[in-house]
This record gives sequence, C-alpha cells and structure tokens, in this order.
Amino acid sequence: MNTELLGVVAMYAVTILLAIPLGKYIARVFNGEKTWLNFFAPLERLIFKLSGINPEKEMNWKQHLKALLTINVLWLFYAFFCLLFQSHLPLNPDGNPSQTPDLAFNTAISFITNTNLQDYSGESGATYYTQLFVFTFLHFVSAATGIAAMMVVFKAMKDKVTDKLGNFWDFFIKSITRILLPISFVVAVILAFNGTPTSYKGKETVITLQGDTTHVSRGPAAGMIAIKQVGTNGGGWFGANSAHPLENPNYLTNMVENISILLIPMALVFALGFYLNRRKLSWVIYGVMTAGFLTMLLLSINAETGGSPALAHMGVTQATGSMEGKEVRFGPAASAYWGITTTVTSNGSVNAMHDSMMPISGMGQMFDMMINAFYGGVGVGYLNFYIFIIIAVFISGLMVGRTPEFMGRKIEAREMKIASLIALLHPFLILVGTATACYFLVHFPNINWAEKPSAWLANPTFHGFSEMLYQFTSSSANNGSGYEGLGDNSIFWNVGAGIVMFIGRFLPIIGPVAIAGLLAGKKFIPESAGTLKSDSITFGLMIFAVILIVAALSFFPALALGPIAEHVSIK
Amino acid sequence: MKTHFFQSLKLTLILIVLAGGVYPLLISAIGKLTPGGGDGQEIKVNGKVVGFANVGQKFTKDEYFWSRPSAVNYAADGSAGSNKGPNNPDYLKDVEGRIQNFLKHNPDVTRAQIPAELVTASGSGLDPDLSPEGAKVQIARIAKIRNLSADKVAALVNAHTEQPLWGVFGPSKINVLKLNVALDQLRK
Repeated sequence: MNTELLGVVAMYAVTILLAIPLGKYIARVFNGEKTWLNFFAPLERLIFKLSGINPEKEMNWKQHLKALLTINVLWLFYAFFCLLFQSHLPLNPDGNPSQTPDLAFNTAISFITNTNLQDYSGESGATYYTQLFVFTFLHFVSAATGIAAMMVVFKAMKDKVTDKLGNFWDFFIKSITRILLPISFVVAVILAFNGTPTSYKGKETVITLQGDTTHVSRGPAAGMIAIKQVGTNGGGWFGANSAHPLENPNYLTNMVENISILLIPMALVFALGFYLNRRKLSWVIYGVMTAGFLTMLLLSINAETGGSPALAHMGVTQATGSMEGKEVRFGPAASAYWGITTTVTSNGSVNAMHDSMMPISGMGQMFDMMINAFYGGVGVGYLNFYIFIIIAVFISGLMVGRTPEFMGRKIEAREMKIASLIALLHPFLILVGTATACYFLVHFPNINWAEKPSAWLANPTFHGFSEMLYQFTSSSANNGSGYEGLGDNSIFWNVGAGIVMFIGRFLPIIGPVAIAGLLAGKKFIPESAGTLKSDSITFGLMIFAVILIVAALSFFPALALGPIAEHVSIK
Repeated sequence: MKTHFFQSLKLTLILIVLAGGVYPLLISAIGKLTPGGGDGQEIKVNGKVVGFANVGQKFTKDEYFWSRPSAVNYAADGSAGSNKGPNNPDYLKDVEGRIQNFLKHNPDVTRAQIPAELVTASGSGLDPDLSPEGAKVQIARIAKIRNLSADKVAALVNAHTEQPLWGVFGPSKINVLKLNVALDQLRK
C-alpha cells in the first residue's frame, strides 16, 4: 500500500480510536458525572451567575426551543450589523471594506447556522474583529447549539414518561467548556507549532527571490481554524480554506484537521449508546453511517488517484493523480478523503477545490450532503438520522402489521407528519432552489443585476448545472463547501442561499426535538416478543433502505443532469 | 420570552469575550513560543526576507525551478484555485498552452515526462511544493542555463526532497523556495 493510502487509513483509524472514549466522556458530562475537566465547573458557575441563569431548572421541549431560537436570532442581528460596519470597527490592519447588505445577510446566516458558506474571501472580505469576535464566536456557539438540541432528544429517549428534559443553557455551556473549547485548544496549539500564524500583525510585503512584489495575508488564525474543524463549521480564515498553506501547512496538520472534522460527529454516535446504556444501538447506527461513508469514499479516492481522463489524452504523466485544484503536500488520496469527510459531516472546509475534482467525486460529495446524516454535523447529524429512524420504524410497523413503536413509545400520526415534512423539506429546498436558479439563467440571463446570471457559471454544460445544484445542496445541508467557480457574491445567491440555510437549519432542529418531546410524554410500553428491536441488524438494514429510497428517489434526476451526465460524457 | 431574551443577551456578551477575545489571545501567547513567533516562518537571504517558507511564490524564470501554475498569479492576499471543471474545453486549452510553454523552455523533455502538477493550478494558488518528479524534470534546463553539472543539481534536488511524514504517511515533496535559495548559493 502506498504512503498516500496509508495516510488515509491512519486518519480513519485514529478517528475511531479517539471517538469511542470521547463518546464515553461526553455521555459522562451530560449525565452529570465527574470527569477530569471538572475544574471548569467554577467558570461555568460564574457564566451562569453573570447571565442570571439557573442551570438546574428543568425545561420541556417547547421551552428548550424558545431558548434556542431566542439566542440564535440575537446572534443573527449581532453578526449582520458587525459585518455591515466592519470597516469602522477596531482590529482591521489591512483596511478591508464593510460587507454589502446582501453579503452581510448571507454571511451572518451562514455562520449562525453552522454552514459557513463564504461568499466573501477571508483576506479581503473580513477584518480581524469579525474573524474573531463574530466568526470564531459563532463557530463555538453554533456547534454548541447543535449538541444542546441533540441532548434534548437523547434525554427524551432516556427517561420514562416525563416532560422534564434538562436545561438548555446547561447543555449549551457544557458543550463549549467541556467539549469544544478543550479539543480546539489542543488542535490550535498543534497548528501554531506547525506554522499557522497566531499574531495580530497585518499583511507583510515581500520582494520574492525572483524579484516580484507580493503581499502576504496572515492574522491570529490558528484558534479559528481549530474550532472551524472541531465544530463542523468549516468557515476558514483564508479564501482557499484549508488548501491555503498557512491554514494547513503540512501533512501532519492535514491529518489533525481531518481527524477533527470527523471526531465529534462520530463520538456523538457512541455517546448515545453510553448515555442510554444501549451500546448495540450505537453500533447499528455507526454501521449504517459507515456503510454510506465508505461507499462514497472508495468511489472518490478511485476517481482522484486515477487522474483526469482529459489530461491523460493530452499525454502528460499523472503519477500523482488528478492535480487541478489540489496541493502537492496532500496529494489526491488525502484530498478525496477530506472531500468526503467534509460533506458527510456538514463541515464544509476544503483542502482541495471540489469544483475541479472528477464528476464522480462531485456526485459523492453532493450525495453525502443530500443524505446529511452519515455521521452528520455536530448534534444535527444525529437529529437528521433520528428522522430516518422514525420513518424506518413506521414503515417496518406497517410491514408487519403492528403499531410502530420506538424505545417503548408509540409512533403515531402527529410524529409521522412532522418526520415526513422534515424529510421532504431538504429535497424541496435543494430542488426548488436549483430550478429557480436555472429559470433565471435561461429566461433572464442579462437581467439588470450587478452580477448577471449569464456570468454566474465558471464552467459550461453539465458541470455548470452541478455548480448551481451544489450551492443549494450545500446551503440546505448547512455544509458550506462550494463549487467556488459559481459567482455567488451576487444578490440572487446571497439572498437565496441565505433563506435556504436558515430554513434548512432551524426546521430540522425543531422537528426532531418536537417528536422526541411528544414521545417522551407518552405511555411507556415494555418490550415484548413482537417488538421490533431497534438495536438489531435487521433494523439497521431497514434504516439504510429508507435513506436510500428517500434520497435516491428525490435526488437521482438532479444528479443525473449534473455529475452523472458529465461522467458518462467523458470520452 | 423576556427572561430568555435578557439571559441570552448577557450570555452572548460573555461568550463573545471568551471565544473571540480570551481564546485567541491565549493561542497567540503560545504562538510566541513557536518558530516564527506566530507571524509566519520567514526565509532570509543575506538578512533580507525573500518570502515565507509555507507560502508559495511565483518562479517563472528559466534559471529557477518553476513553481506550479497559479489561478491568482501567487497573490498571497487573495488565495484561490481556478475552479475549472475537469472537462471544460477552455480549461483544457489553457493546459495545452502550459504544456507547449514547458516544452519550449525544456527542449530535452518529452510530453510524456511532464508531471500533471506542472500544468495544473493548485487549490490555494500558493502551493509551496513540487513533487520530486516535478523538480527532476527541470534539472536539465537549470543545469544548462547555470553552467552546472546535472549531477550536482540532481544531488541538490535529492537533498531537498522531504520524505512522507514519519516515512509512512502522505506524499514526498520539495519546497520550491528553499530549493531555489539553495540553488542560488550553489553558484557561489
């Protein structure tokens, strides 16, 4: 096995070796048991005291959602106004301008929703103030929002009949102090020692060895980059994200960053098992997720290491695989691995340009985001998966002619309505969004906008269609990676993707929390011989089938017009 | 609702200070202990800064090892890739142009010897590295123009080849700036 593939195997192996104990630790944190990070307790008490919060007060599912939505709306306004006036705020050594209203709208939503679609470029479109006090801050709190929402669902699954589901602020703050902050700190220090800048100095002008003048952007980037990976955010310091040699200086940092992408999403799967004391259920869920992940990964690694057929025709040697949009220090195998891990987890950072990858990789990346539950984003990945579980339970129940039940609760019409609506929302947002973009492109190519639709696409035909499909898929999945050839800093994309990100974030949080809350209030039915066991392989296969049927039926036609058509048209 | 609002407001302010202020300052303080002190690792020749070790720069002159093509012309304040799809006809024309240009400047090299990385743009536009093959294919040109023996240049390339991480993970590579700095010193 060559060193590039060994690197990929090592990354996955280390991730799972860390994820299992981390999952156990997370379960202990939320069970209120003692952990070795208990020295954070005084800090937590201080935060609660200063904010006037009683973390012991139990909330029902509606109160949880009220708290979650209130603070998120507050962040939205804060971020929007900071970006709109960033040139007047401190910490702007490079003298960068403020964002336009439509760009600030997009960016603010993008960061509160844990998406981090970036229609600006970090070097010129943000200041150190907004990078730190808006983006880094939102990286932490948006990730913690996801974990806290997930904990409500965990808690609802654990207890017998109850409407007391813990305290939202308690889940939220502990997610930051006990999980996100310590891990980010370690990652940031590793990055700093490998050459990622940490100082507050602005650009440096350098005369290069052959005599050109160049301006090198930098800044206190290491801390932001760490939490961007750990919290499945993905919004980087520099325009080229983790392909940038200061953001991701060498193969070691690439391994550390890529392990961070997958670590918490995977750990949360195991946390569920430890928390409910149903470890087998965790392994069933892990198995389903991993089967989907590995399928896409093998397709993509094969396509990228094989090189570009078009370049092979031109007669150059592609010993190192397809290299357009990739960095020599990572190579195509690690780039393909990153591309798949970042799209399964709703992270969205990149270490190579997805727009220039082979169409099969593009299909895999889009498919990952269309499912959005193979590991998934921190917290929200499990919420999406929960919807698929509910649907699978219901269909299984119909098949055997019994009332569907999950974890001792009957699934009835109300829960199924919510689950179906949430499952349909994702294809609705993606397909209607893409169709609208196509409509403008075809019927109003030269409409009087700053960026005319005719100038949106960097590539013709099928690949151009993929650029639009990718953008809405990434927005609705709260992923944030992009086919960056798309001219997305324009009113249509800023506003359209902004709305899709917002709906695509909050409804899929509200739905599962509501279902879990409703189920928790129902009578508990003990397991009997006729109960479909939720921690069996049969049930795992059932979930996998539901995922494939729901996603494949919704998305296959769109994928056929984009990456699949491009792949089969390669001569 | 009102209690939620004021609790949210106070909590937000505290966390802005913690996540946006304290955390990066702490990392910055630790960064002072790193090589380069957190400003980026500079490379100096005769006391003059000629670049950053990790940030690629443009090398197009025949007497230097060329760096990879860049979609942003190595503008280190505006990193980006080309974002061209693999089957875009305009893009393939650009690649053909780069192949022709490379063959013109390296008459001893055949088309089949050119590694793809020398005719494709990197993801960041600032790729600091080449693969060993990407450097080796340029040795004949460099040796001729600098009046050096090819063996001597080849030895320099070998000396600057960085092996995979711990010998087992990832690709081998060569930092182009460090290689070219050493190349200049070779002449003396």
